[in-house]
Amino acid sequence: MRLLLDIFSIAAIVAGAFFYLAGTVGLLRFPDAYNRLHALTKADNLGLVLVVIGLLPQVDSVLAAFKLLLVWLLVLLSSAAVAQLIARSVRRREKQP
Amino acid sequence: MITTVASGAVVALLLWLALWTVVARDAFLAVAGFVVYGLLLALVWVRLAGIDVALTEAAIGGGLTGALLLGAVGRLRRTEGETAAEGAGAGTRALAAVLAMGVTAALVLAVLMLPEPAPTLAPLVVPNMPATGVGNPITSVLLAFRALDTLLEAVVLVIALIGVWSFAGDRVWGGRPGPRYQADPDGILPYLARVLPPLGIVIGIYLFWAGADHPGGKFQAATILAAMWMLVQMAGLGDAPRTDHRGLRAGIVVGPLAFIAVGALGLWKAGSFLGYPEGWAKPLILVIEIALLPTLVLVLALLMNGPPSRGGAR
Repeated sequence: MRLLLDIFSIAAIVAGAFFYLAGTVGLLRFPDAYNRLHALTKADNLGLVLVVIGLLPQVDSVLAAFKLLLVWLLVLLSSAAVAQLIARSVRRREKQP
Repeated sequence: MITTVASGAVVALLLWLALWTVVARDAFLAVAGFVVYGLLLALVWVRLAGIDVALTEAAIGGGLTGALLLGAVGRLRRTEGETAAEGAGAGTRALAAVLAMGVTAALVLAVLMLPEPAPTLAPLVVPNMPATGVGNPITSVLLAFRALDTLLEAVVLVIALIGVWSFAGDRVWGGRPGPRYQADPDGILPYLARVLPPLGIVIGIYLFWAGADHPGGKFQAATILAAMWMLVQMAGLGDAPRTDHRGLRAGIVVGPLAFIAVGALGLWKAGSFLGYPEGWAKPLILVIEIALLPTLVLVLALLMNGPPSRGGAR
């Protein structure tokens, strides 16, 4: 059982790291600010949820598991909000060249 | 093996970021580099098992200092071009570089010349911790064994705020600090400023309370609470308070005053300034912590707001 959980954790975290890598490649390679934001927020949020799911079987208390989920939700909220703010400020700058 | 490689990569990244922050031409980019540097440094402290320091570095070093510097960049933007055009001569630059490298070299030498093992008071702290009734060694050092440092720290923060306020002209003295923020009422910022503060306040108070026995404490808590207050202001949902408001000023000085009062009580009951009478350490530490929290929240947020700028004497 322990072994199965460990394998699950490793698989989920590796998948999460892959999405982080994809998000970073997108940030570096995409042509404009909107596309870069898209890559960063979408791919990284998926990467984070996979890392959190991978870590859940490793924690030793329910409280710690809730903290991990809270971290995930807070990062989700802040990255969605910040992406909106950056995109809006980019658009405002485009309107007044 | 893998951890060594990962640690080495983080250290290399840290050095590169430090260099980038120094040589970046644009002030905004330099501050962005500095914030990332602070967050990465927090990671290094986690790796060194200094969770308290890591929390403080992330909250104060990366977060608050970064935000203060961003505010400074915004204010300097209008004159940045002129200043860069004036520029310093090659001689001044060389002198600055030599001076900075000299300080670095002296620090490196000092660290390398430390005796092995490095002098430490940790073995003295551990057996005496039960007397304070606090489970977190950092908190017991900050509020019992070296309480004077913490008192002076709180006083310095209040003096810093007075220094910032003294930049206000006579016409606006006592008015509200900083700009009145306007945000699109249907935008994401007011939404965030309604959803996040309830969570942030709970997390801040949790960090404050957990500081007695686990990593955390009033400084980290105060940063989070101040950030929530700034978020509400920046979303246009609330305004900064008038700086001549009596309640506000009372809140700013309550922490140091309570601290000094407890210190005087020690002079009378325990024979030394800031000494705690037998069995009273934990409740008195709690009183100081609770009194310091409003001071820290108000000072940190008002430092962000800047000097009074509108709506002077009534």
